[in-house]
Amino acid sequence: MKKLVLVSMFVLVALIVVACSAPAPAPSAPQVVKETVVVKETVIVQPTAAAKAPEPTKPAVAAPTAAPAPVALGARFTAIKSRGKVICGSNDQVPGFGFLDKATGQFTGFDVDFCKALAVAVFGDAKAIEFRPVNAAQRGPALQTGEIDVLARNTTWTVSRDATWGLFVGVNFYDGQGMMVDGKKYPTVKTLKDLKDASVCVQTGTTTELNLSDRFREEGVTFKPVVFDTADATFAAYQGGRCDAVTTDISGLVARRSLLNVPADHKILDVVMSKEPLGPAVPLGDASWYNVAKWTLFALINAEELGVDSKNVDQMLTSKNPDVQRLLGVTGDLHTGLGLSKDWVVKVIKAVGNYGEIYDRNLGPNTPLKMDRGINKLWSKGGIMYAPPFR
Amino acid sequence: MAEPTTTRVPFWRDVRVLTILTQVIFVVVVALVAGFLYANVSTTMRQRGLVSDLRFLDLEAGFEIGEAMIPYAATDTYGRALLAGFSNTLLVSVVGIILSTILGVVVGVARLSPNWLLSQLAAIYIELIRNTPLLVQLFFIYFGVFVTLPSVGQSIEFQGIIFANQRGLFLPRPAPTETFATWAWFILGAIVLALALFYFSTRVKTRYLGWVALLALILLPVLGWFIAGAPLSFEIPVRERFNFKGGMNLSPEFSALLTGLVLYTAGFIAEVVRAGILAVRRGQVEAAYSLGLNAGQVLRMIIFPQALRVIIPPLTSQYLNLAKNSSLAIAIGFPDLFSVATTSANQTGQPVPVYLLVMATYLAMSLFTSLLMNIYNRSVQVLEK
Amino acid sequence: MTTTAETIGPPRTSVGALGWLKRNLFSPWYNALLSLISVWLIYSVGGQTVQWALTARWEVITSNLRLFMVGSFPPDQVWRVWLVVTLASLLAGMSGGIGGRTARNIVFSLAASFGLFGVLSLAGGGYEWHFANVLAIGAGYLLTRGRAQWGRWVALAWLLAFFLTLFILYGIEKNEWLPLIGTDRWGGLLLTFLLSIVGIVFSFPLGVLLALGRRSRMPMISLFSTLYIEIVRGVPLVTVLFIAQIMVPLFLPEEMRLDRIMRAMAGVTLFAAAYMAENVRGGLQAVPSGQVEAAHALGLSDTLVTVFIVLPQALRVVIPPIVSLFIGLFKDTTLVAIVGLLDLLAVGKSVLAQPEFLGLQKEVYVFVAGVFFIFCYVMSYASYRLEIALGVGKR
Repeated sequence: MKKLVLVSMFVLVALIVVACSAPAPAPSAPQVVKETVVVKETVIVQPTAAAKAPEPTKPAVAAPTAAPAPVALGARFTAIKSRGKVICGSNDQVPGFGFLDKATGQFTGFDVDFCKALAVAVFGDAKAIEFRPVNAAQRGPALQTGEIDVLARNTTWTVSRDATWGLFVGVNFYDGQGMMVDGKKYPTVKTLKDLKDASVCVQTGTTTELNLSDRFREEGVTFKPVVFDTADATFAAYQGGRCDAVTTDISGLVARRSLLNVPADHKILDVVMSKEPLGPAVPLGDASWYNVAKWTLFALINAEELGVDSKNVDQMLTSKNPDVQRLLGVTGDLHTGLGLSKDWVVKVIKAVGNYGEIYDRNLGPNTPLKMDRGINKLWSKGGIMYAPPFR
Repeated sequence: MAEPTTTRVPFWRDVRVLTILTQVIFVVVVALVAGFLYANVSTTMRQRGLVSDLRFLDLEAGFEIGEAMIPYAATDTYGRALLAGFSNTLLVSVVGIILSTILGVVVGVARLSPNWLLSQLAAIYIELIRNTPLLVQLFFIYFGVFVTLPSVGQSIEFQGIIFANQRGLFLPRPAPTETFATWAWFILGAIVLALALFYFSTRVKTRYLGWVALLALILLPVLGWFIAGAPLSFEIPVRERFNFKGGMNLSPEFSALLTGLVLYTAGFIAEVVRAGILAVRRGQVEAAYSLGLNAGQVLRMIIFPQALRVIIPPLTSQYLNLAKNSSLAIAIGFPDLFSVATTSANQTGQPVPVYLLVMATYLAMSLFTSLLMNIYNRSVQVLEK
Repeated sequence: MTTTAETIGPPRTSVGALGWLKRNLFSPWYNALLSLISVWLIYSVGGQTVQWALTARWEVITSNLRLFMVGSFPPDQVWRVWLVVTLASLLAGMSGGIGGRTARNIVFSLAASFGLFGVLSLAGGGYEWHFANVLAIGAGYLLTRGRAQWGRWVALAWLLAFFLTLFILYGIEKNEWLPLIGTDRWGGLLLTFLLSIVGIVFSFPLGVLLALGRRSRMPMISLFSTLYIEIVRGVPLVTVLFIAQIMVPLFLPEEMRLDRIMRAMAGVTLFAAAYMAENVRGGLQAVPSGQVEAAHALGLSDTLVTVFIVLPQALRVVIPPIVSLFIGLFKDTTLVAIVGLLDLLAVGKSVLAQPEFLGLQKEVYVFVAGVFFIFCYVMSYASYRLEIALGVGKR
């Protein structure tokens, strides 16, 4: 009798499992799956995407999704909307860019502000984010497996990363790799050649790790890498004297130097070891989500170029400039192609400001980092920051 | 039950049928779950351009590895990089197992020593080590001790040949000269003689033969050294601009990881040894003493052989733990298998095959170790009955 | 396991302190040497340690105490954690009333330490909760003293309290009193405890099933259980956690997403289940086969024999190993720091990045180690006493 109970329990479990896996692409046989896959890949098929969206368990925050989206939303964008928040892979260890303010438990920084802009664009709410700190070596897999919706974590755009990790949406910070040494201990070190046989602290899983060995090989000098998994550990080891030099992006060196015991003792060598275009990236496989992320970034840059900022955005709604009108959604229906609300750019600028404001707030002269805009100035002001137009 | 019955048991109460049915259902459920997961994996992997083959192993890695047992350069392949990482894991595991066994046995015996002070010291050590996490100990040893050693300029030095600083421990490296072959014969002779004497000493109950064996083991090579005439030359580390050059260098990462693993595992081995010794019946020891054996002989000939039977199984799992715990190397920057794999997974953009490979390697390592220990275990078990 | 009298042989007649010294420290010549070395060790290491402890900059701990305890849990909601602690204190008091001398001692020391912390924080504030805990322990103790028959109910209450704890900490969405606090805000010692307790509670049923499965006569089930146990035990925990943190989304449909902390808990649970299964299997093997045969002879079915005859006896034997498994798990949860969760150790690491506290590695790691030591030591001591009380492990 007891056996019967057991057996029926098993049957029940089996039924439940079958029932649960039913909405998934083909429950059992893998052969069948291979065929359905094709359907999933062609994102343009509208009915599937709509049908696949499960009933939102939580009401979408502030529901700006009310506007019917004529564009076909991909699986990820749909999932994000029904989830009600954007999962943002971020850095919690680089001051100015992505930093966990320990006192409040809040993330702040240049990259974090991009995530906020994205959340505002989709949900109209800067709080509709879940931050997911990832270290350098975890970010690639995290993006590939879809663990995060967007990686905004001073990541260098390269061809191999575009091909395997996910799609980079653009560049939000032009950087170069630098090298920092203790100027007091080694006053004569000027170039990489002077660092022959030195120990160099570097973070694992970065382009800097690869460039480091390229540059030294090119110079024909040997060195000893000491590799750590987090920025904290890397700089703790450098600070402790475990290495003679430490390398990362110049912006990162500047940011980190401000945290060292005697910042003035440490000098950043006058060498740029590589180009490091840093930017956010999204997982492969959803063009609609890629577009949203891309144009959120471009909206921030265009807003600065057109003189729209968080303070004057309301006045700008009445601007006569057709470029501004299109950007802010006063005229035209550019938003429908992205599946966003009409006033999404207005909300974004109101919440986080334009590109220049974000820069100044996190990295600019009024912050401890005092980073010069340099080549990150707008193209119209002598820099190379440039965004395609809203048209 | 006793009466022979002709009524057939209905099939839903037939144990054989139920057994088969249960298994069939179980297999179906497992297959369904596996199929569900597999379907998702293949969909997502296809979408994200992930593969599950091992082609990445032949690509150029492009990153440097701080130290490796095998020659490795950034221009080598990922396969070689992973192999270099694996060699580091093996090295730290094997050395760690040997050292922690020695330390563990010493501490375990000290814990049972009649000397009150010594036994208390051993107890404090065991409790401190066993009740704090290994990762915390590793951080403490690495960041709290090794990195805070003096800088290269102010190295702690012993007689100008051994140096300790932030860059690790620098020792003279022995290099054989042409007279080394002559000397090797002396060493071989010493070992053979010592073994013979030692074997003899267990048969004949003389107290001093064991000491003679030890003496032979030491004296003969020393004698040979002078007869052959400096069979080894020592390369002494020399200070250069940034660092010491030449000699043997134990990096702080390796040293910290090894120290941490040995100290931690020794704490557990000590308890295993203690339990094993306590499992030997008191009468055995008393009988041995009454036969006139001394304390060392009792330990060596009566207690250890019997304790070993109890010790081997838990000791095996401690060895396995040590090998698995070596994966914490990533936290203190030692390039072990897991650490190199993390980098490779990130650079190649193929995390699935990389991690499968790594887990399979650890699994194989564990299974191989337990196999070895099981064989050894069988050989030390007393055949009873 | 702990420092107790087991090693001291039959009673000796000691002749004064000098006689004791001679016998225990100096009797053969080499013992005297060992004693001298020990004294030197204690003097040099101990002396340096004390000297360091007195000069160390402990303010790195005191000024970050809240971070260490609860991580980035919203400061205005910390009362919820305190409420949970007080609930645990009440139950601990009740257990102390029922249990033996050891339980009583532990509970009293707990009350005493709460009292001490309360007095210490009299000036700084926040002492109310400390004293509330003392009261809760006292109340629980008085409630159950002499009522050993309540034991079962108290055990049940512990289990309920576990789920209540999760509810109190998580809260309700859009609620004024108990606003939702996402698990990403759970951190510090709180997270360490939650991870290990969830791990042990949920791995228990799983482990029992796996152990029964491995001994099952049905080849498919036995094969599956054995494979699971051996594979999980063969790989390092950090790889399991890594997979749980990074790779899990590959196995789930895009719209399904498990919370990070929950995934870490699942990873720890699945990992611990394999070890739990082996412990339980040891217990199952310790049940004499006569018991099973006798039960069968009485006409009980396989299921009934397992549930009512074998398991109760087996589980009684494996309580001490389960406690050590829990201690191991409690320590091993520090590995989540490697995959980026903010547990006690990770808080320590991030505190070390604060500009004003650079280079205080020793202070921070000694503090973290100390916290772990206190909890693990108490647990291993309790488990040792329990072992004696249950009469297992006796030769």
